Amino acid sequence: MRAPVKIKTLTIDGKEVSAREGETILQVARENGIDIPTLCYLEGLEPIGACRLCLVEVKGINRLVPACVTQVEEGMEVVTNSERLIKYRQMILELLFSERNHTCSVCVVNGHCELQRLAQRLGVTHIRFPYRYPNLPIDASHERFVIDHNRCVLCTRCVRVCDEIEGAHVWDVMGRGINSRIIADLNQPWGTSEVCTSCGKCVHVCPTGALSEKGKAVAEMEKRRQFLPYLTVMRGGRQ
Amino acid sequence: MAQRIVIDPVTRIEGHAKITIQLDEDGNVADAWFHVTQLRGFEKLCEGRPFSEMPSLMARICGICPVSHLLASGKACDQLLAVRIPEPAIKLRRLLNLAQIVQSHALSFFHLSAPDLLLGMDSDPRKRNIFGLIETNPQIAKDGIRLRKIGQTIIELLAGKRIHPAWVVPGGVSEPLTVEKRDQILSMLPEAKEIALRTLQWFKRSLEDFRDEIRTFANFPSLFLGLVTPEGKWECYHGRVRVVDENGHIVADQLDPTEYQEYIGEATEPWTYLKFPYYKPMGYPDGMYRVGPLARLNIIDGFDTPLAEQEWVEFRELERGAILSSFYYHYARLIEILHAVEKMEELLNDPDILSKHVRAIAGLNNLEGIGVAEAPRGILIHHYKVNEDGLMEWANLIIATGHNNLAMSKGILQVAKHFINGKQLNEGMLNRVEAVIRAFDPCLSCSTHAVGRMPLHIQLIGPDGTLLDELRRD
Repeated sequence: MRAPVKIKTLTIDGKEVSAREGETILQVARENGIDIPTLCYLEGLEPIGACRLCLVEVKGINRLVPACVTQVEEGMEVVTNSERLIKYRQMILELLFSERNHTCSVCVVNGHCELQRLAQRLGVTHIRFPYRYPNLPIDASHERFVIDHNRCVLCTRCVRVCDEIEGAHVWDVMGRGINSRIIADLNQPWGTSEVCTSCGKCVHVCPTGALSEKGKAVAEMEKRRQFLPYLTVMRGGRQ
Repeated sequence: MAQRIVIDPVTRIEGHAKITIQLDEDGNVADAWFHVTQLRGFEKLCEGRPFSEMPSLMARICGICPVSHLLASGKACDQLLAVRIPEPAIKLRRLLNLAQIVQSHALSFFHLSAPDLLLGMDSDPRKRNIFGLIETNPQIAKDGIRLRKIGQTIIELLAGKRIHPAWVVPGGVSEPLTVEKRDQILSMLPEAKEIALRTLQWFKRSLEDFRDEIRTFANFPSLFLGLVTPEGKWECYHGRVRVVDENGHIVADQLDPTEYQEYIGEATEPWTYLKFPYYKPMGYPDGMYRVGPLARLNIIDGFDTPLAEQEWVEFRELERGAILSSFYYHYARLIEILHAVEKMEELLNDPDILSKHVRAIAGLNNLEGIGVAEAPRGILIHHYKVNEDGLMEWANLIIATGHNNLAMSKGILQVAKHFINGKQLNEGMLNRVEAVIRAFDPCLSCSTHAVGRMPLHIQLIGPDGTLLDELRRD
C-alpha cells in the first residue's frame, strides 16, 4: 500500500496554497496559476536550476532560491515577483544576449523563441552590457539538423533529453564558465556521431535557434515539445 | 590658383557619399570624383552562415529595396537546391518585385527628387524637401506618399511585412496568396494607375523647364545593360541580359545572367569603397554602362502592357538611338511605375496566382548559385559558394548602384563643368551636382554592402591644402 500523501500549506505572493510533499515551488506556483519565468526548466526533464530565472524570495532564507529545484515546506512564504527579482531576471537575460550572437532578426526561430519571448515579457529593451561577439562555429554536418553555437544559452535541455529520454547521450558540455560549449560525443562533428539516432528531440526542446532543422529559412522553425510529457507518462514514471 | 570643392555628404540619397571637385588655376572645373565613404561588409559577414538564412540576411542590406535582395538571394539559393521552382511561386515573386518597383520609384521621384523639380534647383534648401513640397504642391506630395504606401501595402499583404519580410525562401515562397488579399491588392491598383498617369502628364509638360539639366545631367554616350524577356520585352525577374550602345544598337543579346563573370569585370579605385563594374569586351573604363530605369527603357523592344507601351513609344522619340541624358531616369521611373501597376493587375487576374503549390522542397545539391533580378535601380547579382554542409564560404554581390558608378562619376564632372566656376560658389550649383546623383537614385547602403541624416558640408580647399572657404548645412 502506498504511503499517504502528506499535504503542506504555504503562501505564494500572499496567496494561500496547498501542495503535496516533495513538490517544488515552481510546480505548486504553476498549479495555482502563478507564473514564474523559466528557461532551462522543461516539464518532463530533470530540473537543474541552472538559468536562475526562476529565483524566488523565501521569508527567513537569506538568499534567493531557484523555484524549480526547491521543495515546498510547511508554512513557507514565497514571493515570486518583487522588484528585486524582476531586476535580476532582466539582468540574467541581458547577460545571455551579450554573451553570444543572438541577432533575432535573422534567426530561424524569430517569433517562436523562448529567449525572445522572455525578453519581451520582462521588458528587456536594451542590453546594458557590451556584446562579446564571440566567433563561434555552426555545425551543419548532420544530415537533417544544424547546431548554431552563436544562439546557444547552455540550458542543457538537449543534453538532458538525449540522455534521459532518448538514452543516447550524444550531447554534453565542454569547458568551464563563459567558455562552455555543447559538444557531440567526444567533441566531434555532429554528423559523425555514431550514437545519434537523428530523433530530433534535442532540436525541439531547444528554447532558441541554436538547434534547428536544416533548410529552414528565417522565422520558419517552430519547436514542438508537446511530446515530452506524453513520453514521460508512457515511460511510467521510470527515472 | 587651383582649388578643390568638397560636398560632404551628398544629401537626399540613400547612403553616405561625398563629392570632390578639383578646380584649375582659372577656377574652372578640372576633375570630379564621387566617393562612397561607407563600407558594409555583407559579403564577409555572411561567411559561415547556412545558405537558407541568406534571403533574409541579405535583405538587411537595405530598408528601401529589401525585396530586390530577397529575390536575387532567393534565386541564388534556388540554384543551390538545383530546383525549378513552381510557376505560381515565380508569379508571386514577380508580383512582389513589381510592388517594390512602385514604392521605391515613388520614393525616389516624389520624396527625393521632386523637391528639386518643383521648387527649383536654386530654391531655399531649408524648404527644398518633401515638407516644402507638401506646402507648395500638396496634390503631388499626396500622390507620391499615397503611391509609395500602395506599393508598401502590397508588399505587406504578400509577404507579411513591409520591410525585411521573410516570405521569399529557397525553393519559392513560404505562403500562398489568399483570395481576400488578392482582392484587396486589386482594389488599390486603379488609384495607383491614376496617380502614375497624372504624374506622367505633368512631368512631360514640365520637361521644357529643365533644358539645361537635360543637356548636362550625365548626358553622354555609354552602353546600357539590363534584363529582357526572350522576346526582348521589359523584364524584372527572370530574363536574359541585353547590352545596347548609344545608338540603340544591340551589342549583345540573350546573354546568360549566371555567366556574368564572362562579360562583366570589376575595377577598384583607391578613393572610393564602391567598385567599378564594366563591360569586359570593351575594357575599363571604356566599357562604362548604365543600368536602371533609363537603361531598361533603352534596351527593350517594348512593354507587354498597353499603357506603358504607349508611353514608351513616346519616350523613345525624345532622341534618335538610345536616350542619353540621365535626367530622363525620372521620366523612365514614371513609365515603369505605370507598367508595374498594369502588370500586377494582369498577374492578379490569373487564377494560377492563388495556387497552393508555391515551394519546391530540396536539400543542397549545388555548391554554387547565382541569382539575378532587376532591382528598381538596375540589375542585381548575388553569387554564392557554399561548403558541403550548406554553410556560406564566399559571396559576391554586384549591386545596381555599382554598375552606375562610372557613369555617375562622369556625370558629376559634366554637370560641375557646366554649372560651377570657382570664382563664386553658391548652393544651387552644388545642388545640381547632387541632383545628378539623385537622378540615378543610387543606394549606397546597398552597394557598399547607413542610413541617416545627411548634412551637407562643402569645403573650398586651396592647392596647398588650406581651407579657403566653408559652407555647412546641418
